[in-house]
Amino acid sequence: MYAQMVDTGVKSLKHRSEMSADEQAFMARIDNESKIEPQDWMPDAYRKTLVRQISQHAHSEIIGMQPEGNWLTRAPTIKRKLQLAAKIQDECGHGQYLYSAAETLGVGRDQLLDQLHTGKAKYSSIFNYPTLNWADMGAVGWLVDGAAIVNQVVLQRTSYGPYSRAMIRICKEESFHQRQGYEILLTMMQKGTPAQKDMVQDAINRFWWPSLMMFGPNDDASTNSAQSLAWKIKRKSNDELRQMFIDQTVPQLEVLGCTAPDPDLQWNPETGHYDFGEIDWSEFFNVIKGNGPCNKQRLEKKVKAHENGTWVRDAAQAYATKQQAGAATKKEAS
Amino acid sequence: MTQLLTSINNDHDALNTYILRMADNGLILGQRLCEWCANAPVLEEETALMNTSLDLFGQARNWLNYAVDRDQRLQDCDAIAMLRDERSYLNLLICEQDNGHFADTMARHYLFDVWHRLTLEELCHSHDETIAAIAAKSVLEVRYHEQRSRNWVLRLGDGTQLSHERMQTAINNIWPYVAEMFDQDQLEMELMAQGIAADQTIIAKQWHDLVAQTLIEATLKTPPESYNQMGGKQGLHTESLGIMLAEMQSLYRAHPGATW
Repeated sequence: MYAQMVDTGVKSLKHRSEMSADEQAFMARIDNESKIEPQDWMPDAYRKTLVRQISQHAHSEIIGMQPEGNWLTRAPTIKRKLQLAAKIQDECGHGQYLYSAAETLGVGRDQLLDQLHTGKAKYSSIFNYPTLNWADMGAVGWLVDGAAIVNQVVLQRTSYGPYSRAMIRICKEESFHQRQGYEILLTMMQKGTPAQKDMVQDAINRFWWPSLMMFGPNDDASTNSAQSLAWKIKRKSNDELRQMFIDQTVPQLEVLGCTAPDPDLQWNPETGHYDFGEIDWSEFFNVIKGNGPCNKQRLEKKVKAHENGTWVRDAAQAYATKQQAGAATKKEAS
Repeated sequence: MTQLLTSINNDHDALNTYILRMADNGLILGQRLCEWCANAPVLEEETALMNTSLDLFGQARNWLNYAVDRDQRLQDCDAIAMLRDERSYLNLLICEQDNGHFADTMARHYLFDVWHRLTLEELCHSHDETIAAIAAKSVLEVRYHEQRSRNWVLRLGDGTQLSHERMQTAINNIWPYVAEMFDQDQLEMELMAQGIAADQTIIAKQWHDLVAQTLIEATLKTPPESYNQMGGKQGLHTESLGIMLAEMQSLYRAHPGATW
């Protein structure tokens, strides 16, 4: 998943005794693990939180096409170009399913895109970092898609039916992307020249911390997280997911023969997990606020593509209207 | 590298030249479509443009593999794609023309797609079995390309006043690159006589009928005959190609001999 700090609009968790009968029935369904479907009653705050989370995820998929598109025209071989084009196409498809899932909550794609274009809606902070060498295509697949999968695998059990089903479909493709990304890096490390190996380490150095930030702030800094967990929109906390990601990623890093830019990263036999250094949260909040290295360019490019396409969408609409009118006239005549 | 270029430029292997012409159309148009990434007017078109580009690169790889099988001096597909300069590229000029706006891209696409589909259908009957097999696989994809680009010619031609004007201008601008598709040089005539290459005289007639019909339906005018630009199939290109190749080949060329 590519959603961070999704606002639930809730200051503190309600006790059952404070809930209306509808809310109590709703929470009973959540507790029984039955899925909430579009036609079901749901608290407004639950609906709004889902719209924010699903649309933030959708926007991330769409903006995420840009850092990869940056290398598409320069992919070093035909095979790599085919893989990258297929991955970008999958991401665009994920955006499409997710906008459809959000539409089941009563908000249209145009409205959601408008929120993105005007800066009201966010997308994952990770896509505001630049891709500066070819190994970044591997690092994005391995670390960024890898972090997303850790979240998404859990979200297959999320309480909202359409979101859960979209996740099941998306997970299959994402895990393929992750393996492909890792294979790009492994090829460069095992068969590459010294220059290629340097590219891999450089890519890991730049993407390591931003990938850890993808899980969002620490649990103790997030009241939204607690409400989302109670609604089972989220199934595990930010810190739990981050730890899962680190634990599964470090052995893969060792196979590559690379290092993480974290001197405190080490196995802790007592906890059975890797310990790691403090994340630079000032950097995270700065990127979220819009001050990351590429925030401005990413959004400008998206808005420009949308504006440049207005006349095309208008034409398609006008043509469809004419065709419908033509069909209606034919029907009347017959 | 020198050997690679020599073998392509001074080759007496007419069949490989013909195969490379087919391969280069896919590589070059596929590369142009990559340039649309994250710039399309709607999400569905992002997917469609990427998908079409993927198809064309996949087809190009099949053609290139066949060329390499026939002539080991060509090394491998990537060397052929990444180490040739514009004078050794043999694609049709229409494929390398700039994307422009969406109408320019779709006009270029449709006029090429109709030719591509008709040519591949002919090549399905080629006496060369590998050519027939590659054509049979490719034509299934290209039929969709044609359907989609035709739909956009109709939508934009008969959409709004603005889209109509843009599509008409796009058709007019790309028209000088049409005749080259049907222009058969000595090499193609000989391969055609052997039952290997497609007969472009038959294709030209079908193409003009189909395109004229689409343009009428799209409320567009067929441009008057004018001077035609030729030379792509012989390695004489427009200036657009060199810049595009410089970008496409930059990483591969910066690391000679590297494995990716």
